[in-house]
Amino acid sequence: MKVQLLEICHARSGDKGDAANVGLIARDERFYTLIKKEITAAKVKKHFKGICLGKVERYELPNLWALNFLLHNTLGGGGTVSLKQDAQGKTLAAAILRMEVNVPPAVLRKTTQKQKSLKRVVKKKSK
Amino acid sequence: MKERIRIASGQGFWGDLPSAPIDQVRLANDKSPIDYMMMDYLAEVTMSIMQKQKLRDPKAGYAKDLVEVIDTILPDIVNKNIKVITNGGGVNPEACRDAIFAAARKKGIKIKVGIVLEDNILDSIDSLLASGHPLKNMETGESLKNVRSRVLSANVYFGAAPIVEALRQGAQIVITGRTTDTGLTLAPMIHEFGWSPNDWDKMAAGTVAGHILECGAQSSGGNFSADWKKVKDFTNIGFPIAEAFPNGEFIITKHPKTGGIVSRASVAEQLLYEIGDPREYITPDCVADFTSIQLEDLGRDRVKVFGIKGRPATEFFKVSMSYNDGYSAQGTLTYTWPDAMEKAKLSDKILRGRLKKAECTFEEMRTEFLGFNSCHGSLTPTKESDVEEVVVKFAVRGQDKNSIIEFGKNIAPLILTGPPSVTGFAGGRPKPSDVVAYWPALLKKTAVTPRVIVEEA
Repeated sequence: MKVQLLEICHARSGDKGDAANVGLIARDERFYTLIKKEITAAKVKKHFKGICLGKVERYELPNLWALNFLLHNTLGGGGTVSLKQDAQGKTLAAAILRMEVNVPPAVLRKTTQKQKSLKRVVKKKSK
Repeated sequence: MKERIRIASGQGFWGDLPSAPIDQVRLANDKSPIDYMMMDYLAEVTMSIMQKQKLRDPKAGYAKDLVEVIDTILPDIVNKNIKVITNGGGVNPEACRDAIFAAARKKGIKIKVGIVLEDNILDSIDSLLASGHPLKNMETGESLKNVRSRVLSANVYFGAAPIVEALRQGAQIVITGRTTDTGLTLAPMIHEFGWSPNDWDKMAAGTVAGHILECGAQSSGGNFSADWKKVKDFTNIGFPIAEAFPNGEFIITKHPKTGGIVSRASVAEQLLYEIGDPREYITPDCVADFTSIQLEDLGRDRVKVFGIKGRPATEFFKVSMSYNDGYSAQGTLTYTWPDAMEKAKLSDKILRGRLKKAECTFEEMRTEFLGFNSCHGSLTPTKESDVEEVVVKFAVRGQDKNSIIEFGKNIAPLILTGPPSVTGFAGGRPKPSDVVAYWPALLKKTAVTPRVIVEEA
């Protein structure tokens, strides 16, 4: 079942020079296993086509159910020089949540039974 | 040794919520005590602004807001014995201290203030270069020679050590220049718990606590992407408080009855903020491993943070320099239905044509469509034809000031000489402002020694 990362993750982003860091956090440990497998550096690089002009590095933080992506050459020269509206990459956290991922129905069901916060996903899928 | 200390976050950047530090102190009581309040005022570009202010006025060059805050909270912090630690001294901690002494005198309050000096290496760059410290750009490897003549500010990031010394000498307020944000939180833990500076796990624990506090409410419900609709009472958002224990564990919480939320998710988001390799969070105090951090949601806005591992600090201080790199300007116009995007795009074409005719040269000209796709670019699924209103933002940057001035003169004319249903030009012609670029470097720790002065007045 294809869902947007928005349904199973949250995120925060910021600047590190001309690179943006995008932290992607799964809402549940099962979802972490999934994004760890599915959300590769290559897929993120492809997603941010035209925004991230450099390489993408990926780091794993299983303790926080999170992946940290470093998007190089992304902020138009960095915080103080950049002419970009989002010179610090603050909205790239929302942008990564646009990505879609295949979630096996079983994973979705088991987790949603546990977590009320994911009601929205179930509702959407049962339509 | 204390069994527990509570450190409040009062300010996450220069310009953060003005009521936050006042509320942290005002709401402190026996049930929700505060022992320390840390306030972060400095970003990379801040030092160059302060350096400019100091050039114009030798008594300026620090965060003036800080003095106003201290003036307001002074009676409370004395009565409740709350110590304040802040890097708001900027490039002039002495003047900042003197302003605080003056405010205290007016109130008839005696107070001990400590300052940390010697982080400002602007005047010793050449002697450092001569004695074999290259100060090359740590990101690009470029030689400092290329920008040396345009350097505006140069500061070493000190860690917790000089603050610990000021606390040891009994300072109630500690004012530093360029100290790491995390050092402001780690220092009171070292001081109160008697931690050895070589106990790397403890240094890392205090550093992680510092990272969670250093952006103010960003760990207590602000900018919270997980469940922002469920965040209660943004109006009265509570800034975070770290309740620290001698074993290196701590709990992140906030004052009762304030707005916001402290949860596993809110703390995790802040932990992911502006980090690179999570195994190598480098500060002057240690190298913290963010993959070791364990979180346990205790409920009722309390999250326990534990298990943190650290490694020895490196032999370098980070240096933050800023230098002049030309000029920039920006201006906006608003176009409406019908054909808002088509008109906005045409205005861009017209402007570029006119600037070319005027022989303007820029290093970069950027046009963005605010309200359409300025942030998410091609990821935006909205069709251009569906856009009912759009703000077009023109921005230029370059070394030739006259070109930037010419750009400013050519925005407003678009209203009467371009496509229709356009408005939103206010505030006069965009004027050139200085572009201040950032130069990060490393410096051997042996090359500079912090100096601590604690005085009572």
